[in-house]
Amino acid sequence: MEKAKEILKALGAYALLLSDVARDIFKHGINVREVCRQIMLIGVSSIPIVLLTAVFTGMVLALQTAYGLHRFGAKNYVGNLVGLALARELGPVLTAVMVCGRVGAGIAAEIASMVVTEQVDAIRALGGDPIRRLVTPRIVAGTLSMPLLAGIAVITGILGGGLVAVLELGITSHQYYRSYLYAVQIRDVTDGLIKSCGFGLIVSSIACFKGLRCRGGTEGVGLTTTAAVVTGSLMVFISNFFFTKLLIIIKFK
Amino acid sequence: MTTPVQPTVEFTNVHTRFGANHVHRGLTFALAPGEVTTLLGPSGAGKTIILKLIIGLVRQAEGSVRVTGQEVTTLDGPDLTALRVNTGMLFQGAALFDSLTVFENIAYGLRERGETDEDKLDHIVKERLRMVGLPGIESKLPSQLSGGQRKRIGLARALATSPKIMLYDEPTTGLDPTSTRMIDDLIIAFAREQKITSLVVTHDIQSARRVSDRWMLLSQGIIAADGPVAEVSENNQLVRDFVSGSWKEAV
Repeated sequence: MEKAKEILKALGAYALLLSDVARDIFKHGINVREVCRQIMLIGVSSIPIVLLTAVFTGMVLALQTAYGLHRFGAKNYVGNLVGLALARELGPVLTAVMVCGRVGAGIAAEIASMVVTEQVDAIRALGGDPIRRLVTPRIVAGTLSMPLLAGIAVITGILGGGLVAVLELGITSHQYYRSYLYAVQIRDVTDGLIKSCGFGLIVSSIACFKGLRCRGGTEGVGLTTTAAVVTGSLMVFISNFFFTKLLIIIKFK
Repeated sequence: MTTPVQPTVEFTNVHTRFGANHVHRGLTFALAPGEVTTLLGPSGAGKTIILKLIIGLVRQAEGSVRVTGQEVTTLDGPDLTALRVNTGMLFQGAALFDSLTVFENIAYGLRERGETDEDKLDHIVKERLRMVGLPGIESKLPSQLSGGQRKRIGLARALATSPKIMLYDEPTTGLDPTSTRMIDDLIIAFAREQKITSLVVTHDIQSARRVSDRWMLLSQGIIAADGPVAEVSENNQLVRDFVSGSWKEAV
C-alpha cells in the first residue's frame, strides 16, 4: 500500500514537472542557444553509438530473415522485412534505448550532482529557475534529437542489411533496394519518427525528473543514474505499444 | 519615545517536518538590521534548513517566517525572486556552477534580475572580485580554484546583487587559518560597512567569536540559548558545554 502511494506521488510529481516545462515554454519561449548546445551533447555525440548499433542490427536482421525466407523461396524479400522492421520499430526503439543508456544516464547524473552539491538550490537562491535553466533545454533537445538519430539509425540499418544481402546472401543490390522501396511507405517512416519524438520526451524528462529528486550524496547520484536508465528504458518499451496502437488507430480511422 | 526597529528576519513558532522527522519544534527569534548573528548547534539540528526557510527554498509546516515584514510562504513568482535577489547566500561547498566561468557565476544573479548591459556586468563582477581579493580570475572555471578561492567566489556571487541580508552556511569549514581569517574579515567588513544583516551557521567557534554580535544555540528543534556573545558564552551553561565539547545532549 505504501509502495503504491509512493508510485502515485512520483507520478503526480512527474506530471507537475512536465506541466512546469510546458508553462516555461509558453511563458519564456525556448533558449535556442542552450537547446542547440544540448542537441550537440545529446544528439551529435550519440551518432557513433547509434550508427554502430543500427548497422549491426540491420546486418543480423538480414541474416536471420534470409534464412527464414529461404525455406519459402522468398529470399528476395529480405529488403521488405529489414526496411519495415527498422523504419517502424527497431530504428526508433533501439535508438531510444541506446540514447537512454548514454544520454539519459548523463543528464540524470549531471542534475543529481548539481542537487547534492547545492547548485540547484543556488540557482533558486540567485533568483533563477532550475526548470528554465536545466530541464526545459534538455527535454526540448532530447525530443528534437531523437527522431534525427532514429532517421540515421534506419538508413544505416538498411545499408547494413544491404551489405549482408549482397555479400553474404547473393541478393543483388538492385533487388534488395527494390524490395525495400516497394514495402516501406512514407507513412511507415513518419510513424517511426513520431514515436521517436515521444521516446525523446520520455527519456529526457525521466532523466531530469530522477536527477532533480536525487537524495543522499554521491551514493544517491549512482542510484539516481541507474534508476533513470532502468525507468527510461522500460518506459520506452511500454510506451511503444501505446504509440503503435494509437498510430494504427489514426491510420485506419 | 523611540519607534521599535522592525526586525529584518522574524521566525514565530516555526515547525519544520520532513516525513516523520520533526526538525524544528517552535522556533522563535528575530534578527535586527545590520546585526551579525551566529547560529550554533550540533550537526543535523536543522541549522542549514533555517537559512533555506529564510529564502523560501524550504517551507515550514507551521508558524511564520517573515523577511522585511513579508511572510515568505505567501510569496511567489516575482515577489519571491525579489526576496532572493535581496538575500545573498554562501553555500557550504560554495555551490559554484561547474560549467560556468567565474565571471558567469558572479554575473548569474544579475542576469536573472534582467541586467543585460555587459559593461555594467563587467564593472560589477570586477568590483566584487576585488572586494574578495581575487582580481583577474574571471575566465577561470571553478575546477581550477582552491577551496578558499571557491568560497570567496561564492561570496562574490552572493554579494553581486547588493543584498540586504547575507546567509553564510559553514563559511570557513575546511579552510586553512589564513583563508578562514580572510573570510571572517570579509563577513565583518560587509556587515559593518554595508549594514548587511548576517546569519552565520558555523561549527568554527573561533570564527564565530570573531564575527558575531550575537549567538543563538539550536537544540532539539528550538532556540535553547540566545544573546550577546560575551553574555551567553560566559553565563549560559548549554553554550559553555557546547563550546567546550562536553555537551552530551542528543539531537
